[in-house]
Amino acid sequence: MSNIAGHRSGAVWAVHLSVVFLVLLWSFPTVGLFVSSFRTADQIISSGWWSSLSTQESQRPPVRIAGDEFEEGGAFVIEGTLFELDEVKVSSWGTSSRRPTEFEPGATAELEDGASLSVQVDGSYRLSSPVTLEGQRLPRVFTTASSPPEFTTENYTNMLSSSGTAGGMGKAFLNTFTVTIPATIIPILFAAFAAYALAWMEFPGRLILIAAVVALLVVPLQLALIPLLKFHNAIGIGKGYMGVWLAHTGFGLPLAIYLLRNYMAGLPGDIIENARVDGATEFQIFTKIVLPLSFPALASFAIFQFLWTWNDLLVARVFLIDSSGQTTVMTNFVVELLGTRGGNWEILATAAFVSISVPLAVFFFMQKYLIRGLLAGSVK
Amino acid sequence: MSPAVQGLLTIAVAVTVCVGYFYSSNLLLDRVLFPAKGPNAGRNINVANAIRPWLFLFPAFAALALYLAYPVFESLRLSLFDRSQGNAFVGLDNYQRMIAEPKFREALGNNFLWLLIVPAASTAFGLLIAQLTDRLSWGSIAKSLIFMPMAISFVGASVIWKLVYEARPATVEQTGVLNALYVFFTDNNPLAWLTIPGWNSFLLMVVLIWIQTGFAMVILSAALRGIPEETVEAAIVDGANPFQIFFKIKVPQITSTIVVVWTTITITVLKVFDIVFAMTNGQWNTQVLANYMFDKLFRANDWGVGSAAAMVIMLLVTPILVWNVISVKRDYR
Repeated sequence: MSNIAGHRSGAVWAVHLSVVFLVLLWSFPTVGLFVSSFRTADQIISSGWWSSLSTQESQRPPVRIAGDEFEEGGAFVIEGTLFELDEVKVSSWGTSSRRPTEFEPGATAELEDGASLSVQVDGSYRLSSPVTLEGQRLPRVFTTASSPPEFTTENYTNMLSSSGTAGGMGKAFLNTFTVTIPATIIPILFAAFAAYALAWMEFPGRLILIAAVVALLVVPLQLALIPLLKFHNAIGIGKGYMGVWLAHTGFGLPLAIYLLRNYMAGLPGDIIENARVDGATEFQIFTKIVLPLSFPALASFAIFQFLWTWNDLLVARVFLIDSSGQTTVMTNFVVELLGTRGGNWEILATAAFVSISVPLAVFFFMQKYLIRGLLAGSVK
Repeated sequence: MSPAVQGLLTIAVAVTVCVGYFYSSNLLLDRVLFPAKGPNAGRNINVANAIRPWLFLFPAFAALALYLAYPVFESLRLSLFDRSQGNAFVGLDNYQRMIAEPKFREALGNNFLWLLIVPAASTAFGLLIAQLTDRLSWGSIAKSLIFMPMAISFVGASVIWKLVYEARPATVEQTGVLNALYVFFTDNNPLAWLTIPGWNSFLLMVVLIWIQTGFAMVILSAALRGIPEETVEAAIVDGANPFQIFFKIKVPQITSTIVVVWTTITITVLKVFDIVFAMTNGQWNTQVLANYMFDKLFRANDWGVGSAAAMVIMLLVTPILVWNVISVKRDYR
């Protein structure tokens, strides 16, 4: 059956265009963050990120003239260029913030004390004065210039070096891995055995246990916060990695058991029956036959659990992060930046993008398993 | 010891203990307690087979009981006691205090709005995109891009959308997309969107809709593909137009999937905490139950009211829970 709207090419175009529109709408915000993380702080506050993709005329941050003076024909001169980039074209300039577009490129501005300043289209300037400029406060130059797209990886190098403006992200990044990997592997172990028993063993009460798992799937973990924190304090593990691993294990188990049970129940029964007839023990059947065959379901759950533990903020804040500040995770790191550096978009955008880069990589490489898991995991 | 090493050790210990537990308990059962030989071999095998499932089930269900079942009852208990009065039983006092708080009523009201709008909008968008991309040659790429926000944390999404809602003074260029468009089209002054009650809750919902649409789309897209071709063909032969085919032939056949998607998103909405926490922290009339509860538990240290709020969330989930359990009993029988 071909496209049901396929009889009219106009309708086909409408479909194509609306999908393009929706895709753009959905990716636009993320692209914005991505692009912003490659712009300097000045660029981010002076223009929208979308305008950074093409040559734009914009008012640039003021540059204070600096450099060594030399004598030329009885005048003291400083020469230099305002921009490090070659392709910037000045359209107007000025020396005060009240009249930043006073002069054309090439014009000469008369300053106090008989000094004069000229700025060319390419941003090169010449400041000359009858008296020495040594020790004087040199003027600032305001420019409006068109510049080609300009990106920097400075934000990333700043963030990743611990001495940078918002150091500590490297640590948070490692901590997040420390939380996620055990929290992904441990529930799989527990769940696989239970799922096998629920799928392939006969015993009274099996249906009730399956129903219990399905019921627990929807229990909000919010209810568990205080009771479990009390419990962790009582058994002496308090706040820390052990607590967060255990909590993630507990909260991940219903989905793990549910996904794995459904998958295992769909495996061909003959193989398991034959193995039983041949005298294999249940333990052997499980480890040698069922577990290897269940790999796709194990992978699906592992991806879910990894994404969920990596992206989690609540469980980490309650069970892991203490006042020492040594055990922060990426999500918490970003939330704290939002509080303390809410206006510093270059830092925020970079930190946020680093924090979502790992899940995005997992997403794009293992989408197949993720979708399979979603389809199997939504309660029918 | 560095946490990373501790993590690796924990994995090693957990794997060893877990495998060791299953292996040795099986061995104990088969070789020592009920060996499949001797005078009672037959009976022993039966007994061993009756016990074995419980060996397999025990670790997982013990963890489930401790980490999810027990807290439900413990929260219920905590919500009936008051810590500041030396853990005295106070009956429904905590609930009464909670209901009297304007912030709670605001959270409840907002949560109802979230429950109405987010699942409906996500499912509608998901269905629309699933249908539009169904026969498209580049449909899988489009779906992949729309599905992508699912991988992004709520916190990451909050930062992404905060940049969209960013407001700068009217005299300078707007760096937030929303204000840039608003200024461009209306010529009004830019607005600090997240501080305007009414608008702001809605803008927070947009973040969750943005994330959940991909989920709805994936599930519904699979459901649309599962529709028998004959039904659609028959409708075309009968002269139905594309809209009739979609609404009268396709949608009725995937109603049960739509319900599943809707309820799954509903549960996500009830638990939503990070978005509000990161973007407004419940200020300017954006409070929701999960964040209200977090506030009570960990800022005000009021376990009684916090647990009462948790019970309200539990109560709202309960119908879905019951419905799921009933459908399990039906499906697995």
